[in-house]
Amino acid sequence: MTLPLFFFYLFSAIAIASALMVISARNPVHAVLFLILTFFNASGLFMLAGAEFLALLLIVVYVGAVAVLFLFVVMMLDVDFASLRQGFLQYAPIGVVVGAILLLELLLVAGSFVVSPEVAAGSALPMDGAVDNMRAIGLVLYTRYIFLFQGAGAVLLVAMIGAIVLTLRHKSNVKRQDPIVQVGRKASETLEVVKVKSGQGL
Amino acid sequence: MDFILSALDYLLGIPVLGWGVQIGLIYKILLVLVSLLVFTAFILLADRKIWAAVQIRRGPNVVGPFGLLQSFADLLKFALKEPIIPGGSDKVLFLLAPLLTATLALAGWVIIPFGPGLVLADINLGILYLLAISSLGVYGVIIGGWASNSKYPFLGSLRSAAQMVSYEVSIGLVIITVLLCVGSLNLSDIVVAQQEMGLAHTLGVPWLSFLNWFWLPLFPMFVVFYISALAETNRPPFDLAEGESELVAGFMTEYSATPYMLFMLGEYISILLMCAMTTILFLGGWASPIDLPPFTWIPGVVWFVVKLSMVFFMFAMAKAIVPRYRYDQLMRIGWKVFLPMSLAMVVIVAFVLQLTGWGWQGGMA
Repeated sequence: MTLPLFFFYLFSAIAIASALMVISARNPVHAVLFLILTFFNASGLFMLAGAEFLALLLIVVYVGAVAVLFLFVVMMLDVDFASLRQGFLQYAPIGVVVGAILLLELLLVAGSFVVSPEVAAGSALPMDGAVDNMRAIGLVLYTRYIFLFQGAGAVLLVAMIGAIVLTLRHKSNVKRQDPIVQVGRKASETLEVVKVKSGQGL
Repeated sequence: MDFILSALDYLLGIPVLGWGVQIGLIYKILLVLVSLLVFTAFILLADRKIWAAVQIRRGPNVVGPFGLLQSFADLLKFALKEPIIPGGSDKVLFLLAPLLTATLALAGWVIIPFGPGLVLADINLGILYLLAISSLGVYGVIIGGWASNSKYPFLGSLRSAAQMVSYEVSIGLVIITVLLCVGSLNLSDIVVAQQEMGLAHTLGVPWLSFLNWFWLPLFPMFVVFYISALAETNRPPFDLAEGESELVAGFMTEYSATPYMLFMLGEYISILLMCAMTTILFLGGWASPIDLPPFTWIPGVVWFVVKLSMVFFMFAMAKAIVPRYRYDQLMRIGWKVFLPMSLAMVVIVAFVLQLTGWGWQGGMA
């Protein structure tokens, strides 16, 4: 057994075990933390496959940002998972069907690679060994896949604008600060120096 | 069995004793770890002394000469007191959180080059690794605040998490501008690039190497990075997560003894990590400021530590001088000022590099 093989089995075993814990943990916060552990091990597997850029990106994006928001929501919402589990048996068949379809699709893809290798060769670009991982991704992402890349960016932009439009409300009775107005204020506009004669007042 | 032997040699080998072919990694790690912890102890003292000096106090001055051993006395106190775990807390996560904070803060130091070739792991995606590690620092805070099962820690951890996630974005963009100029994510390459190109070379006075460093051409980014680093590490004036006037002690309220010490240690080590990052990205890393004999005789490690300490001095002065921000102001400056500014700078720098062909070995182009 070589060292990479050892780490492969280590990472995959922990990934599968923690993925099982995600769906079986009683406490939703624990479930999210197990999800993070799964992400970590997936990143380790990426690293073993030589895709260190993707591995680190997985940690930065999914663990560092997405999972933090998950954790936020789960902590704040105080979801009662016991009541959610009530209809478990009722929804189980749908879950099984979805899982079966996913499994079938994965098998189809992997099977087609085995049956006819030219399918795999047609969809994947050969990796240039001379350039590093990140440069190689950049070279195809901004040339061959530029439209897909920009399209994905546009979809994300629309989603972001949608989220902002749905949640942004300007309440009329809330006092807001505008730093530009505050900084731009002059003494002459707001202050008036008055000479008051003693004994008379204003 | 072969791979176990080679792994043992890699980790434990000592060539001088005729055993192994290289110096084991473990000894290097221990050297870095111990010197880092001792340095942190004195940095903690320096922080308190500087703060005291600004307020015309003496600061800690009882333990040892000039109070030099104060941090070690604190360490003993933290280690010997009883850790109190709240009854309603999630015990495993409660103890995991400080461990996570301290471990992650230490893990970042693996890729910091202290001098030419003096680095534990010289990986190509060094900066991305650092970004990944620092984005994980949030978890210690969130988990600690949640596991305490108490209101103030929870509010503090929510604040802190939102703050760290926000400022991560602008730090990432600042790093990207530096990367565009260098064309490599390796931290040693970033330092070498600052020696081999820059204003001093253009002016024909290559020995004035402090003019070469990126703080000059990327000055706005230097300022943004410094302020974002303060916010990212929850330093004053952005220490709203533990603002004692509002939240008692934020996410650390329920912590005591050793777990508290681990939080404290992790916080200071990640502050030092940010100082080291500033040094490497903008201040030329281990390079000497003037490339002439009396200065070049001093080894690179010394220059690195001197620069790091000077950046920390700026951190400490900010703590002593600047009043604490309000939370909405903090969020405003992060999202509405720093983010557009650094994003615009990425575009501008990329354009300039593409049009002029400046940048180390052609930059990213």
